[in-house]
Amino acid sequence: MAGLKIDRITRQFADFKALKEVSLDVADGEFLAVLGPSGCGKTTLLRLIAGFDKVTDGAIWLGNRLVSDSRRHVPAESRGIGVVFQSYALWPHMSVEENVAYGLEVAGIDRDHRDRRVAEALELVGLSTYGNRPPSSLSGGQRQRVALARCLVTEPGLILLDEPLANLDVHLRASMEEEFRRFHERTGTTMVYITHDQAEAMALADRIAVLDHGMLAQVATASTLYREPATEMVAGFVGQGMVLPIDILDTCRAGSCPVRIFGFEARMRCQPGTGARAGAKACLRAEELAFSNDGISGISGTVRRLIYQGGYFRADFHPDLSPETSLEITVPEPATVDAGARMRVVVRGGWIIPADAAN
Amino acid sequence: MFAGLAGLVAFLAVLPLARLLIEAFAPQGYPTISILEDVFRNPTTWRATVHSLEISFGGTILATAIGVSVALAVSFCDIRHRNAIIFCFVLPLMIAPQVTALAWLQVAGPSSPLLRAIGLAPPIGTPNPLYSREGIILLLGIEYAPLVFLTLRAGLRALPREMIEAALAAGAGRWLVLRTIVLPLMTPPLAAGISLTFVSCIGNFGIPAFLGIPGGYIVLPTLIYQRLSGLGPAALAEVSALSVLIATIAIGGILVQDYMLRRRDFRISGTSQSIGPSSLGRWRLPLETMLWFYLLATLAVPFASLVAVSLVPIFGVPLTWETASIESYVYILVEHGVSHRAFRNSLLLAGSAAIAIVMISAPLGYYLAWRESRALKLLNLSAELPYALPGIVFAIALILVFLRPIPVLGIGIYNTVWIIFIAYLGRFLVLSLRPVVSAYHQLDRAMEEAASALGAGVLRRMRTIMFPLVAQSAAAGALLVFLMSFSELTLSALLWSSGAETLGTVMFSFQQSGGVNHASAIAVVTILVTLVLMLSTLLLGRRVPKGVLPWRD
Repeated sequence: MAGLKIDRITRQFADFKALKEVSLDVADGEFLAVLGPSGCGKTTLLRLIAGFDKVTDGAIWLGNRLVSDSRRHVPAESRGIGVVFQSYALWPHMSVEENVAYGLEVAGIDRDHRDRRVAEALELVGLSTYGNRPPSSLSGGQRQRVALARCLVTEPGLILLDEPLANLDVHLRASMEEEFRRFHERTGTTMVYITHDQAEAMALADRIAVLDHGMLAQVATASTLYREPATEMVAGFVGQGMVLPIDILDTCRAGSCPVRIFGFEARMRCQPGTGARAGAKACLRAEELAFSNDGISGISGTVRRLIYQGGYFRADFHPDLSPETSLEITVPEPATVDAGARMRVVVRGGWIIPADAAN
Repeated sequence: MFAGLAGLVAFLAVLPLARLLIEAFAPQGYPTISILEDVFRNPTTWRATVHSLEISFGGTILATAIGVSVALAVSFCDIRHRNAIIFCFVLPLMIAPQVTALAWLQVAGPSSPLLRAIGLAPPIGTPNPLYSREGIILLLGIEYAPLVFLTLRAGLRALPREMIEAALAAGAGRWLVLRTIVLPLMTPPLAAGISLTFVSCIGNFGIPAFLGIPGGYIVLPTLIYQRLSGLGPAALAEVSALSVLIATIAIGGILVQDYMLRRRDFRISGTSQSIGPSSLGRWRLPLETMLWFYLLATLAVPFASLVAVSLVPIFGVPLTWETASIESYVYILVEHGVSHRAFRNSLLLAGSAAIAIVMISAPLGYYLAWRESRALKLLNLSAELPYALPGIVFAIALILVFLRPIPVLGIGIYNTVWIIFIAYLGRFLVLSLRPVVSAYHQLDRAMEEAASALGAGVLRRMRTIMFPLVAQSAAAGALLVFLMSFSELTLSALLWSSGAETLGTVMFSFQQSGGVNHASAIAVVTILVTLVLMLSTLLLGRRVPKGVLPWRD
């Protein structure tokens, strides 16, 4: 078992910085997801941790062992890290069994011992009867399981998973997610799971690190990311929050501030110590907005469209003060409003995005 | 390991060519142009240069006309037995030029069994009409038409069919589409194929040696051969200068090719299907007939004539069921010590060169494909040079390097089979290196990284993961190496020595000393070996990677 400590690492390709001063601590036994849109640097991060690529600056520790800094580079084969690849990377010239046995063979484990551990690993992923098959005869989900078995048979202290479910269909994903979770619970292995799918990250991980243009935007539990995003990018990326302009009217008291949003006054949750300022940004969710009951108070505006979402509608509401802004409001079925209706909207919550990160 | 491989390539490719430049420009160790002056003042040089250019342009034009027609026909028309036609059409490329030349000489001469049968044979005593510039051009055209065909065919396959369908939808007819859409888009591959053909014609030795020398029509490669075999090492400075001259012409062609290949930017985006053949209706049969007639005339007739001559007991005796004999075969395979030895030498040389080249190209390809650096690009380029330049240039360069024993070790390999072995290694390395590099490019790098994450070091990864995965491409490349070196003449004509004869050189000396039936018997055997090996790859079916073996479409 090993924790992972990443200290201000930077990776520069020619004149492009793929990672900028990223720091992360992964506790022993933790399941951390690295989440971000494509091109955010998450695969680069995985390749640096695995040792496939060298850091430009900064350092990586595995447990107490320094494995990467600007001068030192422990090659991947000496790191003892398990990797599950997006493409599975099963060797087509070896049978399932040979694929799984490879790491043990490299480690010089004797044959009896090896056979037993391979059998155990295949049993664990439910492929005991497939040992002699070539990988090409397996389905996508089965290949993924072989890749997992191959990685865990050597009992690495840290397992890196690079979008392992990206090539599977939706139905299979759910069951593989479950499998990863069970596996993690049983072995307690530290896992770093790269994904662009927030639902996957939220379902699996203890904590989620969100990467944005090579920088770490936030590391937190799924619920914190959703409720208290540290940046506009996190607010928009996780749960598709609306990022809206507000003025903070007074300092924070008991975790919330009075704000003005499109002329309407409301209270929003905030970081302790938030002071009054104009031109701030808030993250709102559709469920934190509702049409006003009395039709007098609230943000006045027009409902442009209603889009059926299955069981409820999403209303596109454009405030009069800022007609190009669209607020999304959940309307239960049957709909009580029509497209074109003049309505007022009350704000029941929201999160003030902290100042330093918002800039 | 990488340093070792890089050193080997430098030793095989860079060192000889550098030595050649020194010999031409600074033969006594200091720069001088006196040798060059002598060579360039000599009218023989200019006559040979003009001849070389004549046959190269002529051969290129003919090869282009044939290659383009056949490529368009098999790509656009619904002819039957497409694979068989392509196999046969590409065949001349796999057969050594001197074998082609020998076969055609039997077709056209005064004693041609075929022409005699139809009463068109030239009168006995007149020279063979192929002993001429036109004869050389004809054979170069037939030999290299497959080169133009292959590059154009590859280009046509990458052309998405929407491009053509869009033009048809706009109301353009077939010929208009061909003229305004297909041919402009095919300019880069076509130009690349044409310049490759030109360079091959310039460097061809076998055809002008068999067809030009008897009629006194000397081109640069045969001039070099004559000087060197007449004067021996004393002529080295002069032939080095001539080699530089021919290399310069060839490099011009290579640069054109390189430029054209890089001008592919209007190449074609999109991943849609390539063009399917369209129905010819009643024109199909005439077109098929023409194609098969061409193949009959360029393959079957020369081969039949070759077989006929090889069965004649004494040259000039007419071939009938009674006179036919296999004496020539018995002679060359059993009785004649030199031929026998040449068979053994060529088999061993070609086999060991193929194996050694696979063993070099598998690890070297790994570095070339997956490790990016400028030094590697340079290394790749230098591995290409001995193959891209005319073979005769490379042979001269090797003589210069190995004429004296290797310093320090004191081993002399000049006048042994080893210099031929090294020549094959250097010249044919790319034939296996190219498919291996492209196999690496197609592999998922995660294959290697997965092994690396499991603790396997680089040597183990190569042995257990990388080599098995590129093995098929390497084997296909090795087969090409074997075929090319088995009946090769250009290099061994300059490098052979007593005891180190090859099939090519023995065939050549039989031909020069009038033993046409024996030369033909050797030619028939090499053709059969080539054919058997080529056909055996068809049995392997899909296991041979696409695009490596030219005769498989």
